[in-house]
Amino acid sequence: MIYLYSFLFCGLICMIGQIILDNTKLTPGHITTMFVIIGAFLDIFGIYDKIVLMAGGGALVPITSFGHLLTHGAMVSAFDYGVMGLIMGMFDLTASGISAAIIFSFFLSLIFKPKD
Amino acid sequence: MEKKKYEQLVNKHTPKENIIVNAIIAFIIGGLMGIIGQGLIDIYSSIFSISTKDASVFMIVTLIFVGCLLTCLGVFDKMVQFAKCGLIIPITGFAHAMMSATLEYRKEGMITGIGANMFKLAGSVIIFGVVSAYVFGLVRLLIFGG
Repeated sequence: MIYLYSFLFCGLICMIGQIILDNTKLTPGHITTMFVIIGAFLDIFGIYDKIVLMAGGGALVPITSFGHLLTHGAMVSAFDYGVMGLIMGMFDLTASGISAAIIFSFFLSLIFKPKD
Repeated sequence: MEKKKYEQLVNKHTPKENIIVNAIIAFIIGGLMGIIGQGLIDIYSSIFSISTKDASVFMIVTLIFVGCLLTCLGVFDKMVQFAKCGLIIPITGFAHAMMSATLEYRKEGMITGIGANMFKLAGSVIIFGVVSAYVFGLVRLLIFGG
């Protein structure tokens, strides 16, 4: 059942993005940024956590999960340290994704050459 | 003038036919990405016997690696032309934005090329994510008291 929900949720997010892309003049950069902000917004009252429980990987694959993880990490440490905790815990959960993207793209760019 | 008018008419009418098809393709490809993500979480948590939370980190790293590798091989751009948002919205789009900026500016050198331009496309995601997460977190802390 979790596979069905992950198909529906991830597909729905991508479809909304595609509809916005087709009907407005926004670039893909605008749309991904928008979805990150939506993900961050949905996490402040724990709505996204419930979606993750239901849809599993389908909720973690879209870029909305990036905003969710940023807010989630910040809020978890904010409960312990107050306002400073927001800054301390910001990258707690997303560090793996950003580090992986930096490391892979650095070393792969040394091996491969751009193709046009 | 008439040629321009004709071109405007053509531009107006051609994309409208594809909007529904594009949306359906994005839905299916995006949904398949979700299934792949959930499948990888299940596989990793059973192979390495770790919790689903750790397995989801493994899954994200795997998808980023695949996205980077396919961008290097030049396959990803062709796939994006077909699937569009179905591959841009998932985390592979983030990897693709970073990898393509790095590949493009590599010839300008290590520091001024790769170092300065790696976040050229993907930076907006990180910056607006951090800013919005901070603002939303602050609002919740100050108004709702955590």
